[in-house]
Amino acid sequence: MALLIQYTLISSAVLILVALGGMFSERSGIINLGLEGIMVFGAMAGAMTMVILPSGTSRFVLIIATLCAAAIAGMLSSLLIAVACINFKADQTLIGTALNMLATAAATVIVKGFNTARSNGSDFSAKLDYFTQFQAFQIHTKYIDFNWFEVVALILLVVATVFFYKTKLALRLRACGEHPQAADSVGINVYAMRYTGVLISGFLGGLGGIIYIAAANSTWHFDQGVAGAGFLALAVMIFGQWKPERIAWSAVLFAVFRSLSNVYIGIDFLHSLPIPGTVYNMFPYIVSLVVLAFTSQNSRAPKAEGIPYDKGMR
Amino acid sequence: MREKVSFFKRPAVQTILASVLCAVIGILLGYVILLIMNAEHAGEGIAAILINFFKFNNNSKVLMKYFGSFLVKSVPTILCGEAILFAYKAGLFNIGCAGQYTVGIIASIYCSVGLGWNWFLCVIAAMVAGGIWGLIPGILKAYRNVNEVIAGIMLNWIALYVCNIVLGTELCMDTTKSETHDIAKVNPAGILPPFMKDFFGGNDYITIAVPITVIIAILILVVLNKTTFGYELKATGHNKDAAKYAGMNAKRNIVLTLVISGAIAGLAAALLYLTGIEHYKISGSVPGTGFDGIAVAFLGGLHPIGTIFAGMLVKYITLGGSYLNTNYYNPQVADLVIAIIIYLCGFVLFFKTFINKRGKSKVKVNANAEPSQKTAEEKEV
Repeated sequence: MALLIQYTLISSAVLILVALGGMFSERSGIINLGLEGIMVFGAMAGAMTMVILPSGTSRFVLIIATLCAAAIAGMLSSLLIAVACINFKADQTLIGTALNMLATAAATVIVKGFNTARSNGSDFSAKLDYFTQFQAFQIHTKYIDFNWFEVVALILLVVATVFFYKTKLALRLRACGEHPQAADSVGINVYAMRYTGVLISGFLGGLGGIIYIAAANSTWHFDQGVAGAGFLALAVMIFGQWKPERIAWSAVLFAVFRSLSNVYIGIDFLHSLPIPGTVYNMFPYIVSLVVLAFTSQNSRAPKAEGIPYDKGMR
Repeated sequence: MREKVSFFKRPAVQTILASVLCAVIGILLGYVILLIMNAEHAGEGIAAILINFFKFNNNSKVLMKYFGSFLVKSVPTILCGEAILFAYKAGLFNIGCAGQYTVGIIASIYCSVGLGWNWFLCVIAAMVAGGIWGLIPGILKAYRNVNEVIAGIMLNWIALYVCNIVLGTELCMDTTKSETHDIAKVNPAGILPPFMKDFFGGNDYITIAVPITVIIAILILVVLNKTTFGYELKATGHNKDAAKYAGMNAKRNIVLTLVISGAIAGLAAALLYLTGIEHYKISGSVPGTGFDGIAVAFLGGLHPIGTIFAGMLVKYITLGGSYLNTNYYNPQVADLVIAIIIYLCGFVLFFKTFINKRGKSKVKVNANAEPSQKTAEEKEV
């Protein structure tokens, strides 16, 4: 049971951050289907930072450097979406999908190149090991193990919620997702707001990526991407009706189902059921489909999401 | 009466130009990536990708054989492109194509290897499976307002896990090699009939799959342009509410479109795996062919015939990756080039306005109205 809680906390941290990222982007009017790709870029940058840092680095520096690298990589990759969708009015679904494919391919190529260079040509794998660094993130207590990522996620959740409801900037950002023409008419720079939204989603998505790979694993194969976690986060966001507090608890709900596939062997009554292990892998996806089927009907999606803003069309 | 338009102003020409531009820039960026990875051998690397199997040009028989295999491998990519294009015309982004392709693999291999069915029945089974996998997001979209992209992606993963369970059994899988049995050995009746085998240097894998692909493309062209259903579909894609107001059954059209799109994706899988050229291996990620289809559809200018050529180009580059010298580069560079090309496809609208601006006319000052009109015109093609 302790293990289930442990995994649930990790998954919730990832899903909360990435879903919040998606929320900020969509609230500003840009559908961010590239969250998965942003996560991969964030994860790659974070993992590479962990590997590069010398072994004597203090815990604090290690954590800050890794998180910063992931967040910056996430923001840079989100610029690919921002430029294409805001300035060039590209199809947002297409660009998001392209970013996802780009991320996995680029991460594989970069990590392979990185490994080859590091090992003088003896290691061609797309795999990074960071066992000692992984230890540094853990907080051991008597009953269950926490890690610093969960603390960061919790802080960011609080910050994001306050920001979302209590600041002028966020109010303007939300206006651009509902009715950009009206926002523009009162002097709000729609392009700037949408850039802000997408960049915040890159920041949070990149952090989500590094947490996804580093919170429970000490090694990662970059040719497999992040296995649909970004899309699960989108499902969480829809289930959370684009509101931070609802996203938080729906992320926990999804995280429980996701964790079952990691720990079902440890839970006696689940293990004794005649179900192959792969079925548990399918669980989060099936659950999210069912949940979406029942919650999408009265969806409160931002009105103007997915529509490129054209100043001339009022 | 049609006004005479200059060559570069014709929508078809512009579409082709924009697509070619995407491909060229994509390949150039690929070259830059090769330069960054290893400057010394970059020229060699990009040449290996571009020359591809034509390096066998001293022996026409071998060359034709490789050309045949290339065609066989292009078939699923092209058909996935057609599937995505068909749905996109109705305003649906069928990213679930990858999952529909995967269930197509399940059905075709299970029926052929596991049940020993005739090839025709296997193809039908794959189409039905793909259709069902398209029906789910269709119903969810039409009646429960679920975004078809999210639903499609969830179904992709479910399909992958189902595939690993079903094909991972002793019945279908040669557990020593951990790939599915050779259909030609287990069930010769399950292999598609050969097609112009001698012309392609005695290639064993060249089957009726190739002509079927062309027929499907033409069929889609006809359905989209010459039938009421195709018209309704495009109308729904342009403006759902207007279509509904005009008395079209938007819900039925959404479901039907995704079912047909799924069936094409299922067919794509059957037409590859029933040739015996590839065996399914247990995999941790969804087969990429369905995603390549997105590139193909957009690169082909969302035209069924253009999609054929785009599909061949994408497959050509992917295959080219395997000709790279692995001492310096890894084959994933080719995937990266494909991904860059898809990303660039998003800029097609911008390319078109750019080409338009290059033209002499000063009439086009009204830049805001022009692009939308152009796209509307273009989608009619």
